Amino acid sequence: MTQEIRSGNSVIQVSGLRKAYGSTVAVNNVSFEVKKGEIFGLIGPNGAGKTTTMECIEGLRTPDHGTVSVVGLDPQRDTRRLQERVGVQLQQAQLQKRIKVWEAVHLWASLYRKKTADGDRLVEQLGLVEKRNAWFMDLSGGQKQRLFIVLALINDPEVVFLDELTTGLDPQARRAIWELVRGIRNRGKTVCLTTHLMEEAERLCDRVAIIEHGRIIDIGPPEALVQRHCPERTVVLSTDDPTAEERLRAIPRFEAITSKDFRFTIRGSGDNFVTEVIRCLSENQIKVTDFRTVLPNLEDVFLKLTGHSIRD
Amino acid sequence: MLRGLWTLTWIEIKVFLREPLGAFGMIVVPVVVFVGLGRIIGRRVALPSLAASPFLRVGVPVLASILITLSAVLSLVTIISIYREGGILKRLRATPLRPQTILTAHVLVKLLLTAVTLLLMLLAGKRYYPIGIHIPVFGFTLALLISTWSILSIGFLIASIVPTARFAQPIGAIILYPMVGLSGLFVAVESLPPKLQIVARILPLTYAVSFLEGIWKGDAWSAHVGDIMALTVAFVVCTALSAKVFRWE
Repeated sequence: MTQEIRSGNSVIQVSGLRKAYGSTVAVNNVSFEVKKGEIFGLIGPNGAGKTTTMECIEGLRTPDHGTVSVVGLDPQRDTRRLQERVGVQLQQAQLQKRIKVWEAVHLWASLYRKKTADGDRLVEQLGLVEKRNAWFMDLSGGQKQRLFIVLALINDPEVVFLDELTTGLDPQARRAIWELVRGIRNRGKTVCLTTHLMEEAERLCDRVAIIEHGRIIDIGPPEALVQRHCPERTVVLSTDDPTAEERLRAIPRFEAITSKDFRFTIRGSGDNFVTEVIRCLSENQIKVTDFRTVLPNLEDVFLKLTGHSIRD
Repeated sequence: MLRGLWTLTWIEIKVFLREPLGAFGMIVVPVVVFVGLGRIIGRRVALPSLAASPFLRVGVPVLASILITLSAVLSLVTIISIYREGGILKRLRATPLRPQTILTAHVLVKLLLTAVTLLLMLLAGKRYYPIGIHIPVFGFTLALLISTWSILSIGFLIASIVPTARFAQPIGAIILYPMVGLSGLFVAVESLPPKLQIVARILPLTYAVSFLEGIWKGDAWSAHVGDIMALTVAFVVCTALSAKVFRWE
């Protein structure tokens, strides 16, 4: 994943954003920037305020407080001008049941003032050629999402917003969509997405903001967040060497060990911990029949920061 | 200003015709009912008495036309609320498309369908209602389109505020159909109790009925300037209100 961020200028600036529905505060004092050419992810559980944040940026909702700027425009004041320059895919959007794929693409192309992208080519790139004449209601979930990506790209936007793009898709369709999103970034566009899937965020995003209860808990590249919050390393190995446990306990920055039927789970901290375990095994000539490492991921980061799993 | 209007209108016509009951319910059913009624009445009633009954001569065609209008309005209410509930409106909102364009496209679709249904009925009716007088087909169609346009704006208003698609049709029907009873079609407005007369004078359908009856009988358009103005006022008021209360989601 590229960490190179071209020229460093930001296309989205959000500062002190707040939005409440009645007495429920959906988004509270949220601030972040999205830089040109990156895939930025708002991640968190359902109901954390991701969609509200995104819809304030898209100009679909009016924030109670705070300022938002997208490609230098105010989404509230310059809504139309902004809509000409951004592409949007909404969570749980639908089209007319009996609209054909090519008709939707044709309709969307007719809505923009500027010259639009080549709809036929987009349909081809997203693998919908065979479905050109199919009704929207007859498309599979993955095909619908791909059509929504075509529609989000039809005006050749500078920034693309994708809200829960792969929710409800099978793993195979999900991977295909990830590849497409990387393709969007590689064409020089900025992508801002929301997801509650930590794997998706980790594989796709250059930087993520973790949101919970309407607040941003931390922002950074996924690897950096993992390193910052979860320095633990876990090694699982199997051995029948009776001295193993004692030797392993002596490794620097060792934290804990559990064992069951000659199977040991050793936890320690620091980047070097796995290397130290390997060195210990070879120096003491401990024979192992199985060896693997368990690395922490964003899911662990979330658990650490909030005290509960994102799946709860 | 109305960018995308023609494309949207054309697509909405196609989408409507693909509905299993869409074209059938809106176009075929009224024509068949009309023809069926014509046959029954035609057999039972001798021609001279048919011509003598003002209700059969003018009332039935106008009632039929009003019913076409109301079914168009209800269809508009239903479609807009389905679009809202399904998130279609919300998706369209994230484009430069304006709400006026969406409503205008649907109005154009409904006007076209109304015109087609009416023309089919007139053609079918010529055979079963040999009334002998010259019917101003073009003028009457135009008058019906003006009336429909105005009453569709009540549809906008209902469509802008009904909470869910499930309630759209019944709420629309409860609001619209009682208007027919007070419209002067069955009982002349002048012979209603005074309080109901006031209500009838407020309802746009009363003016639509007076307008349509007049044009059907061969009145000059200049005799109905008041009706047209009342229908225009209703259109302007309802459109302005619905633009204020229009909900995308």
